[in-house]
Amino acid sequence: MFLLNYTLYLADNALLLGHRNSEWCGHGPVLEQDIAITNISLDLIGQARNFYQYAALLKNDGSTEDTFAYTRDIREFKNCLLTELPNGDWGQTILRQFLFSNYQYLLYEQLQHGHDQQLAAIAAKALKEVTYHLRWSSEWVIRLGDGTEESHRRMEQAIAEIWSYTGELFIPASYELEANANGIAPDLKTLEVSWLQKVNEIFTAASLSAFAKATADKVYMHKGGKQGNHTEYMGYILAELQFMQRAYPGAEW
Amino acid sequence: MSFQIRKFYYGDIPEDKAGGAIVSKQTANDWPLWEIFIRSKQGLDHKHVGSLHAADAQMAIENARDVYTRRMEGVSIWAVESKHIHASNPDEATSLYEPANDKIYRYPTFYDLPDEVGHM
Amino acid sequence: MSVLINQEELFQDRVDNEIKIEPRDWMPDAYRKTLVRQISQHAHSEIVGMLPEGNWISRAPSLKRKAILLAKVQDEAGHGLYLYSAAETLGTSREQMINDLHSGKAKYSSIFNYPTLTWADIGAIGWLVDGAAILNQVMLCRTSYGPYARAMVRICKEESFHQRQGFDILLTLSRGTPAQKEMCQDAINRWWWPSMMMFGPRDSESTNSDQSMKWKIKRKSNDELRQNFVDMCAEQVKVLGMTLPDADLKWNEAEGKYDFGEIDWDEFWNVVKGNGPCNKQRLDARRKAWEEGEWVREAASAFAKKQQQKQKQDKAA
Repeated sequence: MFLLNYTLYLADNALLLGHRNSEWCGHGPVLEQDIAITNISLDLIGQARNFYQYAALLKNDGSTEDTFAYTRDIREFKNCLLTELPNGDWGQTILRQFLFSNYQYLLYEQLQHGHDQQLAAIAAKALKEVTYHLRWSSEWVIRLGDGTEESHRRMEQAIAEIWSYTGELFIPASYELEANANGIAPDLKTLEVSWLQKVNEIFTAASLSAFAKATADKVYMHKGGKQGNHTEYMGYILAELQFMQRAYPGAEW
Repeated sequence: MSFQIRKFYYGDIPEDKAGGAIVSKQTANDWPLWEIFIRSKQGLDHKHVGSLHAADAQMAIENARDVYTRRMEGVSIWAVESKHIHASNPDEATSLYEPANDKIYRYPTFYDLPDEVGHM
Repeated sequence: MSVLINQEELFQDRVDNEIKIEPRDWMPDAYRKTLVRQISQHAHSEIVGMLPEGNWISRAPSLKRKAILLAKVQDEAGHGLYLYSAAETLGTSREQMINDLHSGKAKYSSIFNYPTLTWADIGAIGWLVDGAAILNQVMLCRTSYGPYARAMVRICKEESFHQRQGFDILLTLSRGTPAQKEMCQDAINRWWWPSMMMFGPRDSESTNSDQSMKWKIKRKSNDELRQNFVDMCAEQVKVLGMTLPDADLKWNEAEGKYDFGEIDWDEFWNVVKGNGPCNKQRLDARRKAWEEGEWVREAASAFAKKQQQKQKQDKAA
């Protein structure tokens, strides 16, 4: 059971962030970046599909990637709150991507050596994609942090806006603890150290200080996504995402 | 009849048109144009595939990756800011390229060898 | 004077002999202007065309369809980019072209001013709208201006999956539940005539056509392309088990082509003039994206300049 839940956790994260990023398609700040964020979106949706397909195998009751994505209700989704937050401006989207890619990178790097061969294989493939996401988003964080006064202000604002959703990434749910105990998933504590190092490195290069302030102030961290306690935003995402499957139950598309 | 023919090309598109210089508020943030060359597989030359806009070289390469290799079209990318490309003048095409026309002795088929020689 | 005439003649001679015109070659001013107008309109159409389909990315009915649609809409961004680049070789900056779009000076294909109401519309757009566009684009692969022709070759290669995915959506619906079949027919009914209008006014009414044909910018007339389109769709619709909403559509044995009914030209000109169902929303969306991206573009430029200065200082030191 923990393995199914853990797999769904990985899938839901990728789906939700991919879904959010896909909202940019056609509305990006410049054509080249519209294409870039959509590539990331496609990668993430692809990862979600791979994880869901594995989950369907594990569950073995006729579930498919689509029944997981389109017929579960909000309390069954396990994604971190960070992935479901609204896009905000380009700066906030970039920041969210950087914070999450940084996490995914470290996670997949370990996962690919884990004891579950399927998860290891999916992670190894996804790691190549995430390596690029991390590089791309890091560069953008630096560019915007160290660009103009306005872009700097917006990035500091973005940090203030979403920093309190990063703590949850490293607070293990029961299925993560079990996955770790079984040699499948890494220990989140060690991940957190490397994650903070990278954040520090990039924020320093970007001349961003809000992070230092946030850690010094010990900002309160929101949590609950991993247990299905989501933000109110999540319900509206599902209303859109699942509309067709809800309106025409059982139809093939 | 005086009628000015404007000519803009790769390489000598005026700076303001290429976005390489600040002319007015309107064009201040127009990212410069880059020409993209892609090696489609190991062993082949880089080939010009088109252009795109980017603020800097790093971004130009990443944009090229996202724009021009969505279907695994490449293994290596070159990006050159368009204004740095110098081009020959087509008005001089006859003097530059036609002299090669009558040098047929540069081609192997010019030499008629006996069959006994075999493949050479 | 005589030199100039000579240039024009030489130019026409090259065009007649199927020698491509390249950016550095001499070309008549009107040829350049026509190209800039046509290529930029084409580019704008790709970019605005992302919106009606983008409207369904968040609601696509399966993960597979979602990924396909996202990739397709992204391709359109790429196509817009290739086309803007081709137009830029003629000396007009992309920003200038975008400003012209936003000010309403430049046009884009009217088809994108129609709303996408149901999922079946995504199928109908792929089949009919992309089908119509492909006929035009295949012709343009042989257009006389080199950069435009090369952009079109690249676009056609990528576009080949677009029409197929659209037809595939409709085919699935046509084999589905009664509600899906109804949705399918309804979408075809709504998209058929606007797609027919994509080929533009009739040849007898088309002002730009003759010169464009002479310069081989265009290689087939509006009516020729429209006829090709009807002949193609009238057959394909049978595979779907659906009908095209034209009572006058019938096979003309003597001429070996389909006869078809008259387009509602009042509607055509109304949408061109900006009174289509979504004209305002489409332009508003594009302007909003551009304006909200301003600070991003500015920041990246400023950052690049800072880096250059740093490099210079490092070298000097």
